[in-house]
Amino acid sequence: MLRVENLVKRYGDRVAVDGVSFAVGKGQTIGLLGPNGAGKTTTLAMITGLTPPDGGNVSVGGRSLAADPEGVKRGIGLVPQDVALYEETTARANLQLFGALYGMQGAPLARAIADALALVGLADRAGDKVASFSGGMKRRLNIAGALLHDPELILLDEPTVGVDPQSRNAIFDNLAELRRRGKTLVYTTHYMEEAERLCDRIVVMDHGRIMADDTLPGLLARAPAPNRLAVDIAGPPPDALVARLRGLPGVHGVVVDGERLVLDVDDLLAITPQVLQTVSAAGLAVRGFASERANLESVFLTLTGRSLRDE
Amino acid sequence: MNPVAILALVRNDLRIHFSDRRGVLINIAAAIFIAGFMGFLFGGSGKTKEMGRIPVVITIEDDSDVARAIGAALAADKMLDAKTATAGEARELVRKGKAQAGLILPQGFGEAAAGAFFRGRDKPQIELFYDPSQSIVVSVVEGLLTQYVMQEVSKAMFGGPLGGKVVTDSLADLRKSADADTPAGKELTALLESVEKLNARARADAGAKPAAGGIQGGLSVPYTVHSEALTSGTGARYNGYAHSFAGMSVQFILFNGIEAGVLLLLLRERGLWARLRTAPIARADLLVARALATTVIGLFMLGAVYLVAMVAFGVRIEGSVAGFAGIAIAFCILNACFGLLLAALGRTPAATRGLAVMVTLILVMIGGAWVPAFIFPPWLQQLSLFAPTRWAVDGLDAVTWRGLGFDAAIGPIVVLLGSALVCGVVALWRFRWQS
Repeated sequence: MLRVENLVKRYGDRVAVDGVSFAVGKGQTIGLLGPNGAGKTTTLAMITGLTPPDGGNVSVGGRSLAADPEGVKRGIGLVPQDVALYEETTARANLQLFGALYGMQGAPLARAIADALALVGLADRAGDKVASFSGGMKRRLNIAGALLHDPELILLDEPTVGVDPQSRNAIFDNLAELRRRGKTLVYTTHYMEEAERLCDRIVVMDHGRIMADDTLPGLLARAPAPNRLAVDIAGPPPDALVARLRGLPGVHGVVVDGERLVLDVDDLLAITPQVLQTVSAAGLAVRGFASERANLESVFLTLTGRSLRDE
Repeated sequence: MNPVAILALVRNDLRIHFSDRRGVLINIAAAIFIAGFMGFLFGGSGKTKEMGRIPVVITIEDDSDVARAIGAALAADKMLDAKTATAGEARELVRKGKAQAGLILPQGFGEAAAGAFFRGRDKPQIELFYDPSQSIVVSVVEGLLTQYVMQEVSKAMFGGPLGGKVVTDSLADLRKSADADTPAGKELTALLESVEKLNARARADAGAKPAAGGIQGGLSVPYTVHSEALTSGTGARYNGYAHSFAGMSVQFILFNGIEAGVLLLLLRERGLWARLRTAPIARADLLVARALATTVIGLFMLGAVYLVAMVAFGVRIEGSVAGFAGIAIAFCILNACFGLLLAALGRTPAATRGLAVMVTLILVMIGGAWVPAFIFPPWLQQLSLFAPTRWAVDGLDAVTWRGLGFDAAIGPIVVLLGSALVCGVVALWRFRWQS
């Protein structure tokens, strides 16, 4: 459905996107995961034709963007990162405009508007001005605006930024429905939980490059260990303690985060008592500890050496 | 070209504009208020003929009949609001702005003026002082003073007792002087002798009424003037509001054009721009739609302002209605393209708005929207022909109070559409599509 080949974008000396290539099959949902500035939005901008690439090719449904930009645009629905709505007019008026931009009018447009509003759960607010909507409702209407012309490929650029958990769940439900309808989704996010929950495949990006492109299990397999153990201690850990912890069998790595130690470990039951004893032996009180399964955060840390939430 | 998309964009822009009803009303009301005020200052609807009198203060230090008569004539003139005062008081009144000009007829003025009448020597000096902020009144006061001094001095010369004495003294002086035997001296001697005889006969005929307009009534202006304001037709009065409403319509529609341009800049900074640009429509369609919406908004505004001008201020399209419509449409198209040009050349919305307001005010000012262009210096009048606003204002003047036909509107329409074309082409060429 979507093929991106060796995309490059430079802004002066800075390379925003550096040889990005990936492909998305029909009906798949792919996540572009990376911190702010990783090049996710610029990649989407090049796919939609908003930004001309300095190199590389984009094709959608077999059509090349360079050769047939209008045809490619007709097959794409973009949900921009900013809420792209006219607040002064009603939800229906916004959708009437967005549909008309694709040449829609009359009964087909009215039906498409009704369907889109129903999908995002705003059918009863069609006649209300957007200015009166909550942030979550605006985000949902923002999605509806990309669906009117029934595109096969929907690009969603961080569609949940700034919304409350309830609205986020509602948006996830909307996207799940789109998946059920067989739409192809490309979803950018810097929230690993969203990528884990929604995507068939995840493309990890950093500094304009693709660091990994795999399914969630495939990516998790790249984590240094299947579990993580976090131990909060009273005071900064001495280097000698960190060295002793790294030497314990079953410990694959230790990261110091202030007064917290984060360890990548194989068997939680076996290793946790040893870790706690080692800390106590160093004369430091343990304030608490927690464990979790390895996740995309640890994968990203392994791949890039930094956290997903680093700016 | 995607007509469905363009129409939808135009409809959307209009919907957004008119959703702020208060803003729309205030914009129109501001134009009407300022136009009404300026129209009032520049003569109003012409229903009242009363003109503002020039406040002057007169000091008469001379006790002669001539000086008193000049003072009385000035006081009676309908163009002046004359008061008498001492020299010190007169200067103080002018200095404080209570009077726009003052004049002092010095002691011995009557006799000295009569003595200088034929010989041109020892002329008395009248002091004229004025408020420098009202310097335009000086020529009016000087003109009236000349008229009344010549009238009263000549009247005294021919028939009055002062005239007899002055003529006798002048003859005596002339006969003693070296000029007496020159051809000019002989001619002047003959003239004075004739006047002496004339005065003698007048004294002999004392009681007989002099012929009206005769020389014994003094010199008078040897013509009369019939003045007529040339408007759309005989009997039609000039309506000062017609010009001020033309000017203020142009100004406020241009302000609206600035807003259209700035809104486009703001739009480019928002996600909406991305949504519009990812749609399968040509870039030009987006700009054409914006220009069409701005044109319609401009026409609505102009129509609303002129409706009030007609109903409340008596402005009429005395000339070609088609010409008026043509100029209105051409100007509103130009205004829309001007807005696009601002969006194309502007960087940030705030900086663009500030610069655009300054440029607009200059265009409006030299276009004669505030004050008629004829009061400009000649070089500025020529320069202002390069301002499309001048053509818009002159064109609207032509088809409203001047009552001219469609041919008078052709020039303005061509210039306005030509300017619109230039603005539109540059806007399309220079518009930055990237966010």
